Amino acid sequence: MSTSESIPQSTIEEKLFTVKYKPGPSSHLIPNQDHCQICPTKACNYFCPANVYHWDPEQHRNLVAYENCFECGACRLGCTYQSIEWFYPKDGHGVTFRHG
Amino acid sequence: MGELAEAVDVVIVGAGPAGLAAALTLAKAGKEVVVLERGEFVGAKNVFGGAIYTQPTAEIYPEFWKSAPVERFNAEHRFALLTQDSGVTVSYKSEHHMHEPHYNSFTVQRSQWDRWCAEQAEAAGAYIVTQTVVRDLLWDGEQVVGVKTDQEDFPARLTIIADGVNSLLVEKAGLRKHIPKPSEVALGVKEVIRLDENLVNNRFNCENGSGVIYTIMGGAMEGITSMGFLYTNKASIVVGLGASLYDLQQKCIKPYELLEKFKQHPMIRPLIAGGELEEYSGHMIPEGGFHSVPKLYGKGVMVAGDAAMLVNNVHWEGTNLAMASGRYAAETAIQALVSNDFSEYQLALYEKLLHSSYVMKDLETYRDILPTVERHSDIFMGFYPKEINQLMATLVEVDSVPKKEKMKRFVGQTLKKRSIPRMVMDMLRIGGPIVR
Ligand SMILES: Cc1cc2nc3c(=O)[nH]c(=O)nc-3n(C[C@H](O)[C@H](O)[C@H](O)COP(=O)(O)OP(=O)(O)OC[C@H]3O[C@@H](n4cnc5c(N)ncnc54)[C@H](O)[C@@H]3O)c2cc1C
Ligand code: SF4
Ligand code: SF4
Repeated sequence: MSTSESIPQSTIEEKLFTVKYKPGPSSHLIPNQDHCQICPTKACNYFCPANVYHWDPEQHRNLVAYENCFECGACRLGCTYQSIEWFYPKDGHGVTFRHG
Repeated sequence: MGELAEAVDVVIVGAGPAGLAAALTLAKAGKEVVVLERGEFVGAKNVFGGAIYTQPTAEIYPEFWKSAPVERFNAEHRFALLTQDSGVTVSYKSEHHMHEPHYNSFTVQRSQWDRWCAEQAEAAGAYIVTQTVVRDLLWDGEQVVGVKTDQEDFPARLTIIADGVNSLLVEKAGLRKHIPKPSEVALGVKEVIRLDENLVNNRFNCENGSGVIYTIMGGAMEGITSMGFLYTNKASIVVGLGASLYDLQQKCIKPYELLEKFKQHPMIRPLIAGGELEEYSGHMIPEGGFHSVPKLYGKGVMVAGDAAMLVNNVHWEGTNLAMASGRYAAETAIQALVSNDFSEYQLALYEKLLHSSYVMKDLETYRDILPTVERHSDIFMGFYPKEINQLMATLVEVDSVPKKEKMKRFVGQTLKKRSIPRMVMDMLRIGGPIVR
């Protein structure tokens, strides 16, 4: 093999596909939608490493793909208003990193 | 267990390096200790770069490399300073670190390493319970007397909180008055990229199971308070970066897009070429250092590891501080159990032990470095990497311009951008506290 081979590039969807999950029955992340409405940057839509949050301008809601969450806690600290209700998923649920 | 449950000596929240070092120390001293871990198995939720450092790790797990699942011993450390399309690398390699027992550090995978550490604690007599989320603390007046999980309560004479950087329990214990600010943490994202073992050996000049660490600044991360890293496992490469959550939040940056850009740099690209993505992951890193450390103990409770923000982020040192603090918490607990005294007065010993060790001494030395870099990230993450690369270009590019003239031009241009006194100030800001 030579080094002229391609770089392992991937989209966030492809990246998340490599992660093992056992999602809980309901979301462990509850943004305060009143705050999301007026949030100027919707920062969580950017910094979340697992692309969990999507502001939907039609529904005027911050949608939460909690099944993809890494449970890293960045949104708990980085939410513009620090107003996300944030729990760890129930016993043994959520993300499992096979390598880490 | 329910209401009638007997209190154990110590309950520990979190089976990471801090909690497990505490558990091992307590179990060896014959104490009854239970560790509660929320992951499907020990290590399942944990992510790091990474390297574990031999000397501090061996203090807890003597000669661990003989039986633990280590990937490679690191014989070489390369530091790379990048611009968008060029880079300067400095490397340090030592024969000394290539032989037992002088290994400086080892790469490991947390899913395997943490599990191995848990086995050592179990063998010494600790009980480790997985798939169990601790939700709250049990109180008797002002004193913590154990923890609550979804299923049952675990009463304990002493509680050690070792639940990591996103510690909900430190807040519940009232040891930190507010949620940490985004500027007090970094967010790390990384990829494990599968690559044939021989290819890793050839590509990185590895012999006899040795490996290489890269610490990388600048490049795609120009102007962002951040650091890139690359580690070699046996048959995979780890590539990732940690960036200030404040910068990501303020600049609306997607960390995985930053990582993609970072991987495309001509200095990084050939190192991972031909590999296959095995796992993507992310985790926070305490970055606030000395200024962010919460109150380390209260009545009946102590805090260890990342939960106490004990990380030297300039050097990616976390596991060693976690293990050391876990051990000091356990030693304090052993004394407290002997004297049957769980007051703050008694547990203050924990803080004393931390302060007289390298843990707090290092945090104190580095207390102002990251805030300085963060405040002047355009200078430290932009200006300097660019100038150093420009200097190298001046030295290596052959273009029929007299060398003296080129150097003069380079120095003149650099000084126009930043005067000598200012550069001296910059160096003092970063280096001063370390040599003082
Ligand atoms: C990207 C990155 C790179 C790094 N690189 C390095 C490196 O190369 N070398 C190094 O030494 N350090 C490195 N670190 C730092 C290092 O990983 C940490 O400092 C170290 O893991 C801290 O150990 P800990 O035991 O305090 O916390 P953790 O390792 O986070 O362990 C905490 C444990 O508590 C569990 N837990 C949390 N909450 C609960 C709850 N409510 N109930 C039950 N269980 C709970 C978690 O599942 C976890 O197992 C890096 C960190 C990151 C993120
Ligand atoms: S940052 Fe907070 S307030 Fe803003 S959109 Fe995200 S969750 Fe809502
Ligand atoms: S905890 Fe981390 S991964 Fe999960 S939603 Fe928040 S930022 Fe994203």
